[in-house]
Amino acid sequence: MTPLLSVQGITKRYGAHIGCADVSFDLYPGEVMGIVGESGSGKSTLLNCMAGHLVPDAGQVVFDTRTDGPRDTITMSEPERRMLGRTDWAFVHQHARDGLRMGVSAGGNVGERLMAVGERHYGDIRDKATDWLGRVEIDASRVDDRPTTFSGGMQQRLQIARNLVTGPRLVFMDEPTGGLDVSVQARLLDLLRGLVRDMGLSAIIVTHDLAVVRLLADRLMVMKSGRVVEAGLTDQVLDDPQHAYSQLLVSSVLQV
Amino acid sequence: MIDLSNVSKTFTLHNQGSAVIEVISDVSFAVAPGECVALTGASGAGKSTLMRMIYGNYLTQAGEIRIGGLDIVRSEPRDIIKLRRDVLGYVSQFLRVVPRVPTLDVVAEPLRALGVPADKAQDRASALLTQLNIPERLWSLSPTTFSGGEQQRVNIARGFAHTYPAMLLDEPTASLDAANREVVLSLIEDAKVRGAAIIGIFHDEAARDRVCDREIDVGRFTPGMAA
Repeated sequence: MTPLLSVQGITKRYGAHIGCADVSFDLYPGEVMGIVGESGSGKSTLLNCMAGHLVPDAGQVVFDTRTDGPRDTITMSEPERRMLGRTDWAFVHQHARDGLRMGVSAGGNVGERLMAVGERHYGDIRDKATDWLGRVEIDASRVDDRPTTFSGGMQQRLQIARNLVTGPRLVFMDEPTGGLDVSVQARLLDLLRGLVRDMGLSAIIVTHDLAVVRLLADRLMVMKSGRVVEAGLTDQVLDDPQHAYSQLLVSSVLQV
Repeated sequence: MIDLSNVSKTFTLHNQGSAVIEVISDVSFAVAPGECVALTGASGAGKSTLMRMIYGNYLTQAGEIRIGGLDIVRSEPRDIIKLRRDVLGYVSQFLRVVPRVPTLDVVAEPLRALGVPADKAQDRASALLTQLNIPERLWSLSPTTFSGGEQQRVNIARGFAHTYPAMLLDEPTASLDAANREVVLSLIEDAKVRGAAIIGIFHDEAARDRVCDREIDVGRFTPGMAA
């Protein structure tokens, strides 16, 4: 089987400082991978390099495109990469307002991505947008309201709807449940799990919340100082961590 | 079906003076389809550790653990995930679920992961929950608020939802009353009849004698514990 995403030797420096160094892994269709580590460990840098938001100093990010098979997304042209960002890729930001258009209605936010891939029929777009609002548990009566009138949890769910409406195959998520209160987090996790299973999505989730990765991710990478110190099956890394830093990370979680 | 050869495990505690603890050394045994084998030994002998190694939850430092032909000591995460979805079931002592998910969906989930349609998966889940005496009025609630015995039964229902060819059972009858214990033992017997290879930990000796064909004393493989 061809990996959906094959990351090889990704390195990003900020001057003399290392953002992330020599990260490699393969992600297969339907797999969800978590990346954990403390603040400054390079996990967001890595995510942004993979998603095309940052240009790495070295390495390849090979994506198995629908039409042309595996292609290095770092060296592909800007329009091609942008197209990928609107179709097969999705990016869920930690702060929903970074991924939403706050001045446009909820329906417009979802519809915009559809229009970007060529949908033109207003009725169809509105129907699809309403359907997706329902899937992320936002009442259809709110379709014409702006996200500024939504709670944080609703904004995050709207951002997810906006991202998934075009049926992407790979979703990048940066702390998707960060900043939400725990009851909203649980609902969002359940929603994400269902969507991943039913749509056969692959996802890469950056978080510092070990409970989130345990519930969502099949595989886990632990990063420290820009490098991957341990990787494996999520429950194995969490229950039997091998590296000193992973052991410290797991044993530092407060029990409730 | 389940085949262990020369399996050893150590824990290295890097943050506690790099202490190295040898837990299990040189275990070899095999479990055939339709057979149930009990792991026995005193507390701390490594029964649960060994079971977790077989599930791939703990890393194994040496040896081979083959389940249906796959050596899980050297497998990629995605192969282990596939094995756990299709072949290898595990009923742990603790229920770990996404909060707020209804009990019926928790039990149906292993089948949904296999691509079984929602209604069929829920039918099977309902049948198991009924059999295990979980009242229907609780099915739409999350099991996180249930009593210990109820959670245990939800865990068992979930573990038996799919007919796995290989199963690991960690104290499946602990904290159950006589009627429910009987249901669980008959589920295990049914699984054996359909050819499942089972490894179990039972502190309940009567249950062990009834469903298990053989016993393996894990204490024999524990460095420093052998008599």
